[in-house]
Amino acid sequence: MDLRFLVQLGIIGLTFFMLINASALLVYAERKVMGFMQQRYGPYLVGPHGLLQPLADILKLLMKEELRPKGADRWLFTLAPVLAVTAAFAAFATVPWGAETTLFGLLDEPVKLGVSDVNVGVLVVFAITSMGVYGIVLAGWSSNSKYSLMGGLRASAQMISYELSYATALAAVILLAGSLSLRETVDAQAGYWFGFIPQWFIFLQPLGFIIYVIAGVAETNRAPFDFPEAEQELVAGYNTEYSSVRFALFPQAEYINMTTMSAVATDLYLGGWHGPFLPPEYGWIWFLMKVSAILFVYIWVRWTVPRYRYDQLMQFGWKWLFPAAVINLIITAAAVLYFNV
Amino acid sequence: MIPLGHYLIVSAVLFAIGSAGVFLRRNLITILLSVEIMLNAVNLTFVAFGRQHGTVDGQIVVFFVMTVAAAEAAVGLAIVIALYRHRESLNPDAFTALRW
Amino acid sequence: MSEALVFYFLAGLAIMASALVIGQRNPMYSVLLLIASFGALAGLYIQLDAPFVAVAQIIIYAGAIMVLFLFVVMLLNAPQEDAAGWDRSHPLRRPGMSRIGALLALLLVVQLAWAVLSMSGVEAPAGTGGDAVSSVRALGRTLFTDYVFAFEATSILILVAMIGAVMLARREGDEA
Repeated sequence: MDLRFLVQLGIIGLTFFMLINASALLVYAERKVMGFMQQRYGPYLVGPHGLLQPLADILKLLMKEELRPKGADRWLFTLAPVLAVTAAFAAFATVPWGAETTLFGLLDEPVKLGVSDVNVGVLVVFAITSMGVYGIVLAGWSSNSKYSLMGGLRASAQMISYELSYATALAAVILLAGSLSLRETVDAQAGYWFGFIPQWFIFLQPLGFIIYVIAGVAETNRAPFDFPEAEQELVAGYNTEYSSVRFALFPQAEYINMTTMSAVATDLYLGGWHGPFLPPEYGWIWFLMKVSAILFVYIWVRWTVPRYRYDQLMQFGWKWLFPAAVINLIITAAAVLYFNV
Repeated sequence: MIPLGHYLIVSAVLFAIGSAGVFLRRNLITILLSVEIMLNAVNLTFVAFGRQHGTVDGQIVVFFVMTVAAAEAAVGLAIVIALYRHRESLNPDAFTALRW
Repeated sequence: MSEALVFYFLAGLAIMASALVIGQRNPMYSVLLLIASFGALAGLYIQLDAPFVAVAQIIIYAGAIMVLFLFVVMLLNAPQEDAAGWDRSHPLRRPGMSRIGALLALLLVVQLAWAVLSMSGVEAPAGTGGDAVSSVRALGRTLFTDYVFAFEATSILILVAMIGAVMLARREGDEA
């Protein structure tokens, strides 16, 4: 067996493992951050500082009984959570998370840190993320319950609406980088202006970054845009009828989607693994730090901003966010033409 | 290397399935879906021919077909919703008020 | 060899799924099977050195158009099609007409079979594929130079379709 092949396989396994860990850690982080924001401790009994709480949650869910409503569609009810998680994992497949490395001279040729590298990487991530909506919509429809159906309906309309702003914000970055490959986009952000400002696209695209993050929150159905599962109106929305492991898969998909969104934002706007002080081989430490920072913002927003109304969500998406994204794209295109030709 | 003919056969079969759907189904939504199948069969032909001639023109036509398909789906589904409000039915035979 | 296997798998999947789309009574299943068919077609596009078209296929067809269909199916809570729904009084559905139709269909099948069997002249896709075809840069350049008029016309089409859809789906008596 080729050593290089083994290393590549190891990287893929590691990415998968880290994503699973990310979803578990985010459960813990969310509860802990929420606790501190509400002036209490959050989970602290299971393990040191409550660190084993996610494990306890999963064990509890595994031992619960699996229920399926009588009128539910048997196949789609089972398929929906699987689809949601599969799309969430698959979306990370073209996201690079580190510079090329030889593993301290172990390999002759450097290997790229990331599952795979395709020349239309950004679009692949976008395409697979857009498939994630089917998990939620199908869960809503197949449950044969009015609350679930409302949740599924809301999810489909919401995700189509915000996908537009999301894609338009992406297009501006693609223009700046001149490439559809995420790795090339990251490498276009190496270096410094005036010797100390890192050449990250966030400084060229502040509006684009804000649009991206807002649309990302809406795409992952997080508060303040968590309409598909709005507890006060729809019980638990699309996953009302789910229990046990099947139920656990939906939050897991949500947390992995959050991680993917943050990782893509890091690659596109925050310079990926480029940063001061650390040699390029340790760039993945920067990457992890930046992703964690964005994830913290996600949690912070959730426990700070109350939910909007559904018509406000549509108003905001179509009348404010999307026009802003289009204007941002036009200005970027004009600037790229003016400075590059 | 797959011969071009194979792609054309797949495309022809898909197109036949799509047109059969339009003729046979009695549900407006399924009929619209069948139209999408036909459009996709044509797309496959365009990409395969473009590949054979070594140009991107085939792929560009596909983009135009996709935009037209998106517009068609939006208008078509809007009509379906309007009709359903009127007659509580998706059967095309229910909407014969203007037939000769 | 493996390439041929992948082709036959994807082509078979696309055809099977499409056939099931029109064989379903439940529109929900039809929509889902069509998504599977589109996924298989995207795989065929990748084999044809058109990765951008493949991704666009997933984003536009599977990610947007089909979600719209799903939305409408859910919104109308679409009833299953009833088999007895044929309107027999329609002049095109008299028994004699269907016999002529069957004859024409048979003629078409014979014609197609003849075309397929005599298709020896069509060679494998030329080796000129690769970069010339798969590069997104070349695609964009052609789209915005040679086809710029068609591109602009499409934008008007989309605008018209958007306004039309909003007007059509509006409830009567709704305020603007």
